[in-house]
Amino acid sequence: MDINLLNAKTLTERLRSAFVVENRWLLYFQGLGNTLLMSLFAVCIGVALGVILGAIIYTEKKTGKAKILAAICKVYVTVIRGTPVVLQLFIMYFIVLVSVKNGIVVGSVTFGLNSAAYVAEVARAGLESVDEGQMEAGRSLGLSYSKTMFKIILPQAFRNIIPALFNEFIALVKETSVAGYVGILDLGKVPGLIQSRTFDYLFPLLFASLLYLVVVYLLTIIEKFIEKQLSKSDRDGGKKIITGGRKKCKNRS
Amino acid sequence: MQEPLLKTVELKKTFGDTCVLNGISTEIYEGEKVVVIGPSGSGKSTFLRCLNLLETPTDGAIYFGGEELTHSTDLEEHRKKMGMVFQHFNLFPHLTVLKNVTLAAVEARLQERKKRKLKISKKQIVAEENERAMKLLARIGLEDKADAYPSTLSGGQKQRIAIVRALAMNPKVMLFDEPTSALDPEMVGEVLSLMKELADEGMTMIVVTHEMRFAREVATRVLFMDGGKIAAEGPPEEIFGAPKDERLKAFLSKVL
Ligand SMILES: Nc1ncnc2c1ncn2[C@@H]1O[C@H](COP(=O)(O)OP(=O)(O)OP(=O)(O)O)[C@@H](O)[C@H]1O
Ligand SMILES: [Mg+2]
Repeated sequence: MDINLLNAKTLTERLRSAFVVENRWLLYFQGLGNTLLMSLFAVCIGVALGVILGAIIYTEKKTGKAKILAAICKVYVTVIRGTPVVLQLFIMYFIVLVSVKNGIVVGSVTFGLNSAAYVAEVARAGLESVDEGQMEAGRSLGLSYSKTMFKIILPQAFRNIIPALFNEFIALVKETSVAGYVGILDLGKVPGLIQSRTFDYLFPLLFASLLYLVVVYLLTIIEKFIEKQLSKSDRDGGKKIITGGRKKCKNRS
Repeated sequence: MQEPLLKTVELKKTFGDTCVLNGISTEIYEGEKVVVIGPSGSGKSTFLRCLNLLETPTDGAIYFGGEELTHSTDLEEHRKKMGMVFQHFNLFPHLTVLKNVTLAAVEARLQERKKRKLKISKKQIVAEENERAMKLLARIGLEDKADAYPSTLSGGQKQRIAIVRALAMNPKVMLFDEPTSALDPEMVGEVLSLMKELADEGMTMIVVTHEMRFAREVATRVLFMDGGKIAAEGPPEEIFGAPKDERLKAFLSKVL
């Protein structure tokens, strides 16, 4: 344990050096900004691509169509989920996107492509949670497969996967903290940076953690809000909520 | 002679090794009310689901309005003209009752607008379809449920709305697959009486049911299926009054 924790005078001094000196507080928010930026882009890429992957895998399973496409999707999901995200980041940064100078872009793409694999699994499970009769009802009314998918199946699947999806978002935000390995100034990198000047980790670590916590907390509030909005139509007990997502893979980084 | 509205020729369906439909040939004329009965597993549902290609037949042909369906590239157009009512209603739980009824009709008209380059706004289409749907809902006394979600309704209400949803497409034929089997006994009546109304109005209907009284009262023809074949068929008086087929006799003695 840090033996100076109870000394008020040194604590004030340490606080000052952690935040005030050289306007260091700005660094935290710069890092937070980058973390949020990467997370936001990654979520967009992850959801867009993940839903497509999940829908293809689901379609193949239900109809037997698009076998090759589905096989490619499954390989993608397996490879991404089977390798550490740090290595994926290295591969992108040093090999695939080596010509891209902007680290934030490389980070966003890497985390987005990574998240897509997890979203794909969540989306597939969500699609499978929708009653088979829904597709039949849609098709029997003369709606095409894709119309039925978009108007009937996906909205219901979406409702069922909100918790799992937010689990994924939360994991993703924290996951981006490995970006520091390739020199991106994200929130996770800031404490180390400040410590290298002040030789004091205490407040930088506490504050950076607090900022992550606030972001995650805001996400859970958004989740609750969306769930409340969507729950208007479900007074039926038969709704199948999908939870999980990344929880089996805590140690990805 | 008048063309049959719906005709199947040696319709076969196998799942893996099990042969569920083993050559069904029948003709259904406009205005007919065909009730399909038979023991569990005899292929009644599969037969019905083959008619609108929810199940792809393994062999044989289906003619609907003179067109062959199993090789049709325009299945959706045909399905619009065949209303289907399911045992478990299959209402869309995330949509209001009104939206349930109008969704497919609006989509169909939007499609038609695109195809024929019609100059009508989407708003106009939705308004017209809403009005039509409200009339249909009023007919079953549920116009006050238009903005409710299905989960708040009773089984009988759900099934009547499912029937109305199918009617909103102006189908030429209605297919019912055990529409009252999932209902509490006190709600069976309201659904059957709506179906009777439709029958009286001249709707062509194919009904799989275990409600023998309904079959007797409404059917113009009864098909008895057993082992994937039509084992007996005829007017209800003959099927119920003077059954000849041994299996039919055995079946009736169990259900009557
Ligand atoms: N998708 C499927 N895959 C495999 N077997 C199936 C499938 N659908 C139906 N079957 C089988 O086909 C047979 C006939 O089923 P079907 O549902 O048509 O019978 P049914 O006459 O409607 O019976 P019930 O009165 O119980 O509804 C059953 O033995 C069933 O197990
Ligand atoms: Mg059945």
